[in-house]
Amino acid sequence: MIRSLRRCCCSLAVVAAMTLPAAAATQLTGAGSSFDYPFFSKAFYIYNQKNPDITVNYQSIGSGGGIAQFTARNVDFGATDVPMNAGELARAPGPVLQIPVTLGGAAIAYNLPGVSAPIRLTRAVLADIYLGTILKWNDPQIAKLNKSVNLPDMAIIVVHRSDGSGTSYIFTDFLSHVSAEWKSKVGTGKSVSWPAPSSVGAKGTEGVAGQVKSTPGAIGYVEMAYVVENHMQAATLENKAGKWIDCTPETVAAAAASKPEVSATNFSIVDSSAAGGYPISGYSWVVVYKKPEARAKELYNVLSWLVGSQGQENAKSVDYVPLPRNVQGAAAATLRQMQR
Amino acid sequence: MAQSAFKHRNLARRRIVGGVGVGLALVCAMIGAASLLVILCYVIVQGAGALNRDFLTQLPHPVGVPGGGVGNGILGTFIILGIAIVMAVPIGLLTAIYLSLFGRGPIPEALRFLSDVLSGVPSIAIGLFAYAVLVAPLKHFSAFSASFAFMMLMLPLLVRTSEQAIRSVPQTVREGALALGMSNFRATVRIVIPTAMPAIITALLLAIARVIGETAPLLFTAFGSQFWESNPNRPMAVLALQVFTYAISPYPSWQAQAWGGALLLIGAVFVLSLGARLMLRRAMRGLEA
Amino acid sequence: MTVGPQFRRVARFVSPADRGFAAVVYGGSILFALLIVGLFVELVLGSWPSIVAFGPSFIWKSSWDPITSKFGALPMIFGTVMTSLIAIVLAAFIGIMAAVFLADFAPRWLGQPLSFLIELLAAVPSVVYGLWGLFVLAPFMRTTIGPALQHVLGWMPLFSGPIYGVGLLTGGIILALMIVPTVTAISRDVLVAIPRDLREASMALGSTKWETAIRVVLPAARVGVFGACVLALGRALGETIAVTMVIGNRPEISASLFAPSYTLASVIANEFTEATTSIYTSALIELGLILFLVSMAVNALARFMIWSVRGSERV
Repeated sequence: MIRSLRRCCCSLAVVAAMTLPAAAATQLTGAGSSFDYPFFSKAFYIYNQKNPDITVNYQSIGSGGGIAQFTARNVDFGATDVPMNAGELARAPGPVLQIPVTLGGAAIAYNLPGVSAPIRLTRAVLADIYLGTILKWNDPQIAKLNKSVNLPDMAIIVVHRSDGSGTSYIFTDFLSHVSAEWKSKVGTGKSVSWPAPSSVGAKGTEGVAGQVKSTPGAIGYVEMAYVVENHMQAATLENKAGKWIDCTPETVAAAAASKPEVSATNFSIVDSSAAGGYPISGYSWVVVYKKPEARAKELYNVLSWLVGSQGQENAKSVDYVPLPRNVQGAAAATLRQMQR
Repeated sequence: MAQSAFKHRNLARRRIVGGVGVGLALVCAMIGAASLLVILCYVIVQGAGALNRDFLTQLPHPVGVPGGGVGNGILGTFIILGIAIVMAVPIGLLTAIYLSLFGRGPIPEALRFLSDVLSGVPSIAIGLFAYAVLVAPLKHFSAFSASFAFMMLMLPLLVRTSEQAIRSVPQTVREGALALGMSNFRATVRIVIPTAMPAIITALLLAIARVIGETAPLLFTAFGSQFWESNPNRPMAVLALQVFTYAISPYPSWQAQAWGGALLLIGAVFVLSLGARLMLRRAMRGLEA
Repeated sequence: MTVGPQFRRVARFVSPADRGFAAVVYGGSILFALLIVGLFVELVLGSWPSIVAFGPSFIWKSSWDPITSKFGALPMIFGTVMTSLIAIVLAAFIGIMAAVFLADFAPRWLGQPLSFLIELLAAVPSVVYGLWGLFVLAPFMRTTIGPALQHVLGWMPLFSGPIYGVGLLTGGIILALMIVPTVTAISRDVLVAIPRDLREASMALGSTKWETAIRVVLPAARVGVFGACVLALGRALGETIAVTMVIGNRPEISASLFAPSYTLASVIANEFTEATTSIYTSALIELGLILFLVSMAVNALARFMIWSVRGSERV
């Protein structure tokens, strides 16, 4: 027994020794949004292959956690779905640069057994469903949009994210734009008080998608990447221009392109008036200090690569949307303010 | 004559009640075992496909890059668990010894009460405590802070069950040792604790099983990593954290890895349990000889 | 036959080794106590802004609105207490019965593997329980168990209302599964440790094996079995990830067991990593403090109940 214990310790020591060379490389740490995680893991992996002496350790602990760790200077950069507001910027120990890094959309998934054609919903109807004023699938307001579909007499079970999430922020921002009642009654946020009487909260995108998949009559908002990867049925929405739009990388990019002057103080692109724009789209942001305490040069190199065309082309392979050209330029310009 | 017939009928009825009782108890034990098998089957179906040598030895790969694994998470779990055990066992055993030596009185009662209350604190709150004590002042995440959080999660189980184990060693054993002239110290350490060892090992195994799947305390302590790391003073990957992150992601390849990781965690406790039982049996046989 | 020595007489520390030993033992225990007190202090410090802002109304208010910063914990306290209650009732019954079987009736070839399998339930990660609950148990609840219960007991408000699959009952069942191994393993160890003489004496007096197990051995072990249940209850109160995936996360109090609900730990797990304003974070930490206090209250209540039933004998 002692012998096998000794052998075990020896092998652990060997593995530990093997890992020491890796620690000699420069490691940058980042924390925040879980929405960004798949894109970052791909992008930083590719970057490390091209620059073996730089490793970026990004962990998705949530946007709020990211901002908190960034403010405490425990990490080199933070990632957040909603840019830091005036209060958060004031709490930071130094001036902060905020740059957009990727785009995403929220698709409306639903579960209607026996219905194979995609359902059409206007923005007002969607808002009413989430407000709880439309309670059944065969409600006349839904039926008149889907005349060729035999809608069942089933209660609508409204599914939302129970955890604070950037996707919830984009969705509630959209609802506030299209419904004055939602704006005054509920508001926009990563966590809100959901008013529909039959609403159920689920943790994470997986939770919402799982709930929708296993509950007949359910409807929920899900990150676009999820719908694409898992071939879920999503509703076709009518956008502000009156066109019927599906949630795809192209339609999200079109919504972004319609507002090229996006900035950390003016970042909402929901309810876009672009003809082909998907109404529930949003950016995700990286925050970094103008004067980083350490590793400034490496930080600048990684981040400017990330928002450039080389970094952005990694987005497509993980079902994310690359930044429009003009926004890439603006992000790069903001980054150049960093003192390195 | 009538009396013995009555006694016979009564006995028959009691026997039937007993039989029903044992049957019920058996069903309950089966429910417990069957639940595990159901869940285990589900995890195996979902995750067995992901298990291969690459999975165990490689670093995580991003989506779209085939292969990759949880090697750094496995290493991290060993290191963090190891440090946590080294911290928790002495504190837990010493407290259990104290409680068993000074059984009654307000102070031991208070300690037991505190231990029970600690077992009810959510693991995320304990993670926040570890953050406040070991991460915020030092301004960086570390595996050591995760071990600290794990230690706090393991302590109530260790203390309560070890105390029970030590107290269930018959009085005669301790008195015999003392009668032979041993000091209390030697009597406890050399005689009483080894006698109570099987139950203490069960407590330790339960405590390990309890923490090995915990994610919440790791978010703000070990932080996680995509790279190999063995320095406890830096952020480190942990298997439970990787399982959690992958499980709630949209990508089928990652989800499969999450289930594979879960299978590994269950398997690890399985092996630990088996190994500990075998070691004990050999040690007990040695003691008897 | 008492299990547990009368230590007052025996605990004499005469030799230097003994005094050193005493110091180490005291030191370990003090450290243990300090850790828990430190945790409590940190919780109070973190929730102080929220305590000052909302005062005691935090406990009986029902709204949870991060946008307007109006926070009230009542629905979560209800959900936590209800799910833990369901869990401990189910787990105590199944666990203790299983322990009795494993300790006194199971032949070796059956007992060993069964205990092993039950203990392995403790090794399943929380997130796996959550996902299994979401994808397997919740649909099963919605299609089979729920309607069956409603058919038989639907006249009670407890079992009325729409069945979503997720909800209070599902959360309670998942928790019960998670804490059964604790109850079973520890109770079995305690029962096995009861000396044979007790069983033999009882059977010599004419009891059947079952009567001995239930009316003699189990009461003799009740201190340890109670301790097992308390530990299990603690785990149930604090469990986060698994419950949050199957409880429906709706901060409302409802009479029906099928309705979605919310627990204190779930809120913290769901919202802490995204909370940005300090009052929000502080409110969440106050929920952790309330959970700490609920755990304290439940434990105190349990001790009181045992004490009043059995006189002055300590637990």
